[in-house]
Amino acid sequence: MSLTLLLDILIGGLMMGGLYALIAVGLSLQYGVARVLNVSHGEFIMLGAFATYSLYILFGMNPLLSLVVSGPFIFIVGFLIHRTLFKRLKRLSPTMDAFEGSSLLASFGLLFIIQNVALLIWGSDVKGYSYLSKPVNFFGAVYAANRLVALLFAILIGIIFYYFLKRTRVGKAIRAAAQDVTTAQLMGVNIHFVLGLCFGLGALMAGIAGSLTSMMFEITPLIGFPYTIIAIIAVVLGGLGNILGSLIGGFILGLIGNIVMYIHPGLSLIAYYLIFLLLLLIKPTGILGK
Amino acid sequence: MTHSTNFLRLLSLLIFIVLLALIPRYAQPYTIISLNSIFMYIVLTVSWAMFSGPTHYISLASAAFFGLGIYVSAILGDKLPLLVVIGFGGLISSLLALLVGLSSLRLRGMYFTIFTFGLSELIRHSVLWWEVNETGTVGRWVIAVDNTTVYYVMLAILLITLVVTYIIKHSKYGLALLSIGESEEAADHIGINVNALKIIIFAVGTFFMGATGAIMATRWSYIDPSIAFNPLFSFMPVLMAIFGGVGQIFGQVLGAAVLTLLADLLLTKLPYYYMLLYGVILIIVILFLPKGLVGLKEEVKLWLRGMKQRYENT
Amino acid sequence: MRILEGEGIRKNFEGLTALANVDFHISRGEILGLIGPNGAGKTTLFNLISGSLVPTSGTIKFKGENITGLKPHRICRKGIARTFQLVKLFGNMTVLENILLGGLFGPSTASPRSHTKKACLELLEFVGLSEMKENLAKDLTIINQKRLEVARALATKPELLLLDEFMAGLNPTEVALAIELIKKIRNLGVTIIMIEHVMKVIMDISDRIMVLHHGEKIAEGIPEEITANKMVIDVYLGT
Repeated sequence: MSLTLLLDILIGGLMMGGLYALIAVGLSLQYGVARVLNVSHGEFIMLGAFATYSLYILFGMNPLLSLVVSGPFIFIVGFLIHRTLFKRLKRLSPTMDAFEGSSLLASFGLLFIIQNVALLIWGSDVKGYSYLSKPVNFFGAVYAANRLVALLFAILIGIIFYYFLKRTRVGKAIRAAAQDVTTAQLMGVNIHFVLGLCFGLGALMAGIAGSLTSMMFEITPLIGFPYTIIAIIAVVLGGLGNILGSLIGGFILGLIGNIVMYIHPGLSLIAYYLIFLLLLLIKPTGILGK
Repeated sequence: MTHSTNFLRLLSLLIFIVLLALIPRYAQPYTIISLNSIFMYIVLTVSWAMFSGPTHYISLASAAFFGLGIYVSAILGDKLPLLVVIGFGGLISSLLALLVGLSSLRLRGMYFTIFTFGLSELIRHSVLWWEVNETGTVGRWVIAVDNTTVYYVMLAILLITLVVTYIIKHSKYGLALLSIGESEEAADHIGINVNALKIIIFAVGTFFMGATGAIMATRWSYIDPSIAFNPLFSFMPVLMAIFGGVGQIFGQVLGAAVLTLLADLLLTKLPYYYMLLYGVILIIVILFLPKGLVGLKEEVKLWLRGMKQRYENT
Repeated sequence: MRILEGEGIRKNFEGLTALANVDFHISRGEILGLIGPNGAGKTTLFNLISGSLVPTSGTIKFKGENITGLKPHRICRKGIARTFQLVKLFGNMTVLENILLGGLFGPSTASPRSHTKKACLELLEFVGLSEMKENLAKDLTIINQKRLEVARALATKPELLLLDEFMAGLNPTEVALAIELIKKIRNLGVTIIMIEHVMKVIMDISDRIMVLHHGEKIAEGIPEEITANKMVIDVYLGT
C-alpha cells in the first residue's frame, strides 16, 4: 500500500472524525451532565443542515455565515426543550435509572416529532447545494475544499469550547456538574441553568455539525439517525460522561469507518455496531471511563 | 372478589373469544386484516412486557426477534408445514434470546437498553449485507397464506400468549420478577436465581414474537431486512405498553389495541402525521400518564369517589 | 459446633487490599459482634460470606461445606441470610409480599403455598408488623423497614443471619426494641453475626467480638477482653 493511499485513508478518516467528534461531544454534554441519552441528537444535526440549506437557497447566505443565524436559534430550542420536558421529567422520576429510562423514551418521542415535522416541511426528496466543492491539494491527495473547511471549523469549535470549559466561570460550572451534580449544587452552581445550558450547547454542536454536513453531502430529513448512532457509540467508546473521551471516540470512529470503507464499502455501519456491542460486553466504561 | 363475579368475568371472556372466532365467517376481509394487525401488536406488546415490564430492563430488541421469525417463514415456508414453521420461528427467536440474555447479564439499566438496540440494528444491517452480497437479492417472497388461516393462527398465538403471561404473573415467579425490578441484589440474596429467571422469561416472551413474525410474514408476502427488522417493531410495543399501562395485562392489551386502531385510521390519510402523533403521545404519556390509560381510569375512579364523599358529607 | 469458618480470607480490589489474611469462626447459637473503624472491611467480609463478592484467596466453610465463590441465591438456600447497611426492600410491593418472597424462594426445601403464607404471617407477628401487612414497603418508617428486612431474611429459614449495622438510624428507644428482637431471633436458634458501631449494644449482646482494622483482624475474644485490649483502644481513640 502506497504512502499516499495510507495518508489518504487516514486524513479522510480524520476529516469524518472531526465531524463525528463534534457530534459526540455534543451528545456527551447532554448525557454526561444532564443525563439524557438524547436519541433525537441527530435530528438537530438535520435541522442545522436544513437551516443552512434554506438560508442558502432562499437568501443566498454564505453557509459559514448562516451559522451565526441558525446557531443561536438551535441553542435556544435545545435549552427550552430541556427546560420544559427534561427538567420536569427529572422532577417526576424517583431514581436516576428511572429518569434515564424515561428521558430516553421521551427523546424517541422528540425524534418522531422533529423528523416528521421536517418531512412535512421539506418533503423526502434529496436536497443539496454546492459550496466550496473545488478540489484542493492537501499532502499529495485531493479533497474537496469544503471538507477541509469543515475539518478546520470543527477544530476551531473544539478549541473555543476547550477554552470555554477551562477558563470561563460557566465552563467551570459545567465541569463541576459533569463530575458530581449534587456537590456542584452545594458549591453554589445554579444547576438547572447549567443542565439546560449543556443540553442547549449539545444541540448547538449538532446544529453546527449539520451545517457543515450540508456543505459536503446531500441531505434529507432522514439523515439524522445514523449520526445519532455514531454519536452514541463514540460516547460509549470514550466513556459515558467523559467529554474528552467522546471527542477521541469520534475521531477513532471516523478513522475506523474510513478504513473499513476502503476494505469493503457498506460494512462501516456493521463495523460500528460490532465495536459498540463488544465494547458494552467487555468494557462498558469505555476507554477513558473508570 | 366474589366467586360469582369471577365466574361472570370468565364467562364474558369466553363469549368474547367465541365471537372473535366467528368473525371470519361474517366480517369483511378488511376487518379481518385489521384484526390481524391488532392481534399482532397485542402479542408483541404483551410479550415485551412479560420481561421488561416488571424488571424495568427496557429491551429495544423486539424487532430482532420478530424479524427472525419473519425470515424463518421466508426461508422455510415452502419446505415445511405452516405450524412447524411458526414453531421454528418462535424457537429460533428464543435461542437468540438465550444468547443475548446470557451475554448481557452484567448490563444494567441504560447499558442494557442500548445494547439491545445496537444488537437489533446489527442484525438488520448484517442480514441486509448478507442478502445483497451473498444471496444476490435484497428481498424475499414468502408463501402466501389466506387471511382466514392467518387470523385463526394469530388468534391462537394471542390467546396462548395471554394465558402464559397471566400464569407467570400470578405465580411466585411473577412476584420474583417484580422484586428484580425493585432490588436485584436483595432478590438474589433471598434465594431467587435472578440470572436464570431473567433469561428464561426473556426467552419465553421472544418465542411469541418469533412465532408472530413467522405467521404475519405470510400476509406481507414480500419481505426485506428493512421491513422485517424495522426498529419501529421495537419501539411500538414499548409505547403501547406505557400508553395502556405497563403494570397490568389489560393495560398492555388496551394500549396496543387503541394505538393500532389509531394508526390504521391515520395511516391511510396522513402518514407523516401519524408518526408525529405517536411522538406527541409518547411524550404526553411519559410526562402526564406514567401509569397509562389504566392508571388514568384508577385516578378518575378515586376522584369520583372523593367527589361522592364530599357530596355525601354536606 | 462451628457453623461458619473462614480461613486465610483475602480480598483485593484494583490496587486496594480490603481484607488480608483474615481467619474467623462462629459456633452455632452464638452472637458474634464484628466491629472496627469505617473502611475496616466489615461489610466486605459480609459480602464475601453472602456471595456478593468472591474472595481473592481463602476458603469459607458453612457447616463443614465449602461455600467459597457460590452465588448469593445458593448461599441463601444453604441457610445464610443477611440484611444490608442501606435497607434493600422491594419498595413498591407490600410488606407481606416482601416476606412472602423470602419464604417462597429462600428455604432449602419447598413447602406448599398455604404453609408458606402461614409461616410468613407468623413472622410478621414475630417482628411486630402484622398491622402493616398490606402497606407498601417504601412507606414504612426506618425501624419498621429494618424489621421487615429481618423478617424477610428469616423467612428464608436461615441458620446463620448477618446483620449489617442494624442499629444505624435508630433512636435509643428503638435500639432497645431492636436488641429485644435480636435476642428473640437468637432464641429461635439462629446464629448471628452483627456489624455494629454502637459499642454499648455490641458489648451488651455479643457472646464474642471480632475487631477488624485496615482489613486485618486485630483482636478477638469475649467483650471484657476486647474492652481491655490495648490495640483496640488505640484504634478507636486514634480515629
